[in-house]
Amino acid sequence: MVQLAINGRRVSAGKGEMLLKVAQREGFVIPTLCYHELLGSAGRCRLCVVEVHDAGKKRVVASCLYPVKEGLEVFTDSDEVKLVRRTVLELLLARNPSAELIQHLARQHGINEARYVPDQDKGKCILCNLCVRCCKEIVGVSALGLSGKGPVKKVGPPFDEPSETCIGCGACVVICPTGHIVMEESKGVRTIWKKKFALAMCPTCKRYHLPIFQLEWISKTRNIPMEELMVCEDCR
Amino acid sequence: MPLSLEQLDAVGLKFKEKERAFEKIIRVCCGTGCITSGANRLLESLRSAVEREGLSSRILVKKTGCHGLCERGPIVTLGKDEILYQTVGKRDLDRDVELLLKTATEGKIADLLLLKAPGKKEKFVSPLEIPFYKGQKRVVLEMNGVINPEEIDDYIAHGGYRAPFKAFQMTQEKIIDCISASGLRGRGGGGFPTGRKWHSAYEADGQMKYLLANGDEGDPGAFMDRSLMEGNPHAIIEGMIIGGYAIGSNKGYIYVRDEYPLAVSRLSRAIEQAQNYGILGRNVFGSDFEFDVEIFRGGGAFVCGESTALMSSVEGRAGEPRDKYVHTVEQGLWAKPTNLNNVETWANVPSIINEGLEWYTSIGTKQSKGTKIFSLVGKVNNTGLIEVPMGITLRQIIFDLGGGIRGRRRFKAVQTGGPSGGCIPEQYLDMPVDFDSLASIGSMMGSGGMIVMDERDCMVDVARYFLQFLMEESCGKCTPCREGTRRMYEILDRICKGEGKIEDLMHLEELGRGLQWGAICGLGQTAPNPVLSTIRYFSDEYKAHIIEGRCPAGVCKDITTFTIMEDKCTGCMRCAAECPVGAVVGERKAPQTINDMLCITCGICYDVCPFDAVKIS
Amino acid sequence: MPVDKKKLDEIILKCGRDRAHLLAIFQDVQKEYRYLPKEAIKYVCMRLGIPQSDGNEVATFYKSLSLKPRGKHTVHVCLGTACHLKGGADVLLSFIRQLDVQTGGTTADGEFTLESVNCLGACALAPLVRVDDKDFGKTTFQEVRNIISDFKDHQ
Repeated sequence: MVQLAINGRRVSAGKGEMLLKVAQREGFVIPTLCYHELLGSAGRCRLCVVEVHDAGKKRVVASCLYPVKEGLEVFTDSDEVKLVRRTVLELLLARNPSAELIQHLARQHGINEARYVPDQDKGKCILCNLCVRCCKEIVGVSALGLSGKGPVKKVGPPFDEPSETCIGCGACVVICPTGHIVMEESKGVRTIWKKKFALAMCPTCKRYHLPIFQLEWISKTRNIPMEELMVCEDCR
Repeated sequence: MPLSLEQLDAVGLKFKEKERAFEKIIRVCCGTGCITSGANRLLESLRSAVEREGLSSRILVKKTGCHGLCERGPIVTLGKDEILYQTVGKRDLDRDVELLLKTATEGKIADLLLLKAPGKKEKFVSPLEIPFYKGQKRVVLEMNGVINPEEIDDYIAHGGYRAPFKAFQMTQEKIIDCISASGLRGRGGGGFPTGRKWHSAYEADGQMKYLLANGDEGDPGAFMDRSLMEGNPHAIIEGMIIGGYAIGSNKGYIYVRDEYPLAVSRLSRAIEQAQNYGILGRNVFGSDFEFDVEIFRGGGAFVCGESTALMSSVEGRAGEPRDKYVHTVEQGLWAKPTNLNNVETWANVPSIINEGLEWYTSIGTKQSKGTKIFSLVGKVNNTGLIEVPMGITLRQIIFDLGGGIRGRRRFKAVQTGGPSGGCIPEQYLDMPVDFDSLASIGSMMGSGGMIVMDERDCMVDVARYFLQFLMEESCGKCTPCREGTRRMYEILDRICKGEGKIEDLMHLEELGRGLQWGAICGLGQTAPNPVLSTIRYFSDEYKAHIIEGRCPAGVCKDITTFTIMEDKCTGCMRCAAECPVGAVVGERKAPQTINDMLCITCGICYDVCPFDAVKIS
Repeated sequence: MPVDKKKLDEIILKCGRDRAHLLAIFQDVQKEYRYLPKEAIKYVCMRLGIPQSDGNEVATFYKSLSLKPRGKHTVHVCLGTACHLKGGADVLLSFIRQLDVQTGGTTADGEFTLESVNCLGACALAPLVRVDDKDFGKTTFQEVRNIISDFKDHQ
C-alpha cells in the first residue's frame, strides 16, 4: 500500500496504480476524453492532467499514466492544471465545433467560444484513438488506424478505402466519446466507414440483425456453424 | 581476427610507415559541404594528375572528413597544419590541380588559393593562423581533417580503439564513476549527466539491455553530428563499446537521419571494418565481451530525435513519443533498459578514458566540462563547424572565429538551440556558452546550431518559420502540440501579413504556457520558445507589424515594398543585373524603377545597391 | 499497379522479416518503384504478419516515403533555418514557376517531383537544393533554370 495526498486529503492506493483511478475512486472529479476503462490510455488528450509534487519537484502530468508513489502530493485544480485543461478544450472546440461533448466540457471550464477560426473538415474526431485500439485489442480485426502526422493526422481505414477486415460490428461507434463515427442502416444494408454490409435476416423472426460478413467471421474464428449464428440473439 | 593491443599498434605503425614513404600528403576534404562544392571531382582530377605526372610514389592524395570551413570548400590541406587552401577547383579545376602539385613538389605556395582575412589584405598560410581554427579546441573532431574515415587503419594509426583496452581493465562501476567524475553531459541538447544515466542503466533490472546512439540531428541549421558521423565514425563506435561494457549491454543501434546518406554509408563501412577486425562481434578484442552495432536509418521525421519517439521508430512503428513517468533506462527499447546518448556524447568517451579526468575536467566550466561542437551559420563571414571549450562567449564565437557579420550589416541576434531555443540579442553577446547560462536568458545551447542574424532578418518571420516547422513535424499525438503549434503559427502568419491584433501577443504567451505544461514531449513543450524569446527581446518589431503593419527588416512579403529613390539612384543598374525576375526597369545612368507586378520582394536590389537608394516601405 | 512479389520477398529477406525492419523495407521498396505502392504495403504487411492499418500508419508518418508515384527526378529544396534566411523560399518559388508544379507535386511529363525538406545539414552552403543524390549549394533564383536543364539533358 502507498500513502499519498490529493488536494490535501490523505489517501491510500495500491502500488503501481494510476493516479486517475485512485483519484476517481476517492471521489475527485478529473475530466477525461481518451481514457477508457477497458483500454487504459496513451495520454493523448491531456485533459486529465494534475499537478504533482514529487521530491520537491513540481510537474504537470497525465493522471491516467502516472503511477502513485509514496508521499506524493497531488493537486487536481491548480492554476497550471486549469490552464492546460482550458487550453486543450479551447483548441478542441475550434477543431470540432459541432461536437456536443466538447461544447459541454468547454462551457464547464468557462469557455464559450474559441479564439481561432473553426475547422470544418474534422467532424467530431478528437484523435483520442479509442476506436483504433478497440478495433485492434477488443474486436481483433485492426480495421482502423492513424495516418499522417501533425496537422494532417487522422483516423480511418488504411489507404482511405473500405477496410478488408472490417466486420461492421460498430464497436468503434460505441466507444467513440464524441459520436464522430457514423453507422447507417437502410433496406438491409449497413454502412460504416464507407463499407457496405448486407445484413443477415433471422430465419425465425424475419428481421435484419447483424452483417453476414461479421457472422462469417465469428463462425470462422469461433468455430460456430453459420446456421446457428443466422438466428438473431433475441430468437436464440 | 581479434586484435590485441600489440597487434593494434602494429597495424597503426604499418599504416604510418606507408604514409611516411610519401614526400607530401594532400588531404582533400570530402564532407557533404565540400562534395557539394566539387570535392569529388577535384579528388578524381588530382589523383589522375598525380599519376600522369609520375608522382604516385611521392605524393599521397587522401580524402578526409569535414574540416569545418564548409563555406570555403573544397578545402585542401598539405602536410601537418602547413598549408590550407580554399575553394580549390571551384573556378578553374585544371589550374588549381596544377597549383596543388607545384606546392607539393616545389613548395610553391599558391597565393590565389589562400584564405584571406575578411576586409583585410593579409592571407593565411597555415590553418593554425586562421582565427576560425585558432580559436578551436578540436577533441572530438581532432581526426576530422586528418584521417580517411573509410580506413579503419588510419583511425588506429592515430590512437583509435586503444580506450577499450583501458576500460576492460576497469570494473563496470569504475568506468561509470569515471564518466560521472568527468562531468560529461548529453550533447544532444538535454545536457543530462551522462554518468548518471549510465549508472541508472547499469542498475536497471534485466539481462537484455540496449544502447542507442542518436544521430537523428533534426535541428535545422545544425550539422555537427553529420560531420562527426561522416568524418570520424569510429569514435562513436569506440565510445559505444566502452558504454556497452560498462552498462552490460551487448547490442547497440545508431539511428541516422534519412537525409544523411553519406553518414549512413560511412558508418556502415566503419562497422563492417570493425567487425572484420574482431573489434565488434562475439569476442571484442578477444575478450568475453560480446558487442555489436546496427544502423537504423530514419524516415524523415524531426520528432524521432526525441528519445521515446526514436525507440518507437526503431521498433518499427510511427515515431510517437510517450510520457516519461517510467524512464527509458528502465523500460526503453522493447521495454528493456536502454541507454540513449547523442553521437557527439558517445564520441567524447574514448578521450575521457584515454587522456584521463584531470585533462578532461580542465576544459570547460565548472558545470559544463569539455568541448562542444557548434554549427555557426547565417550572416557571419566564416560559416562552418567549430569545436570550442565550453564557457567561450558568444562574441568570441561570432566575431573571432566567425569573422564577424558579413558585408556592411550589423549583428541583430543569434538563434541557438534550434526550434527549442530562442533568439539572443546584442546585449548578451558576452554570455558564456554552456548548458546553463543561455537557458537563463530564455534560450538554450541545444545541440549546437548557432544561426547569426542581421538587420535584414525579421524576428517575427523567424518565429513564424519555427512554428511552421514544428507544426509540420509534430507527431500529432497530443492535443496541445498538434492543435497548439498550428494555431500559434496561424497567429504569427496573420501578424506577418499585417493582420495582427494587439491581443495576439498575450494570447501567444498564454497558449505557449499551455503547451509548456501540457505537451507530452520536448517538441511541444519547447515549441513556444522561439516565439516567447522574440517577443521578449524584440517586442518593438512585433509592435511595428501589428500596429503599423510594417516589417522593419523588409522580409515579410505581404507588407513590404521595395522602391527606388529617384534622388539617390545613379542608374548604375547593379540592381537590374541581380534582379532574378527582371523587375527593375530604366535606362543606364537614369533612375531605375521597380515593376511591382513582377517583383517577388526578395530584396536583392536593396542588398546590393551601393548607394542605399532602395527603400523598404 | 501490380507489384513483383519475388522482388518484394528479396527485399524483405535482405532487410529482415520482422516489424523492426518495416521502415527499411519500405525505403528499399520505394527505391525500387520510385514510390511506395499500396499493393506493396499490403503484401509486406501480409508477409510480416502485421495489420494493414499498422503498415499504413508507418507509410504515412515518415516524410521520406511517398504513396504517390514520383517523377524520374526528385528535387528537394532545403527549408532549414539557414536556407530560409538566405532565400530558400525564393529558390522554391523559382522551381514552382519553372516546373509549373506545386510543392509535393510532379510535373505533367513525369520528369520532376518537387519537395521541400527540413534541413539537409549543409547549412554553410545555404540555400541548398538536392536533386536525387546531387547537392547544389548557394543556389540562386536564376541557377534553378540551369539545374533543371542539367537533369533534363542527362537522362
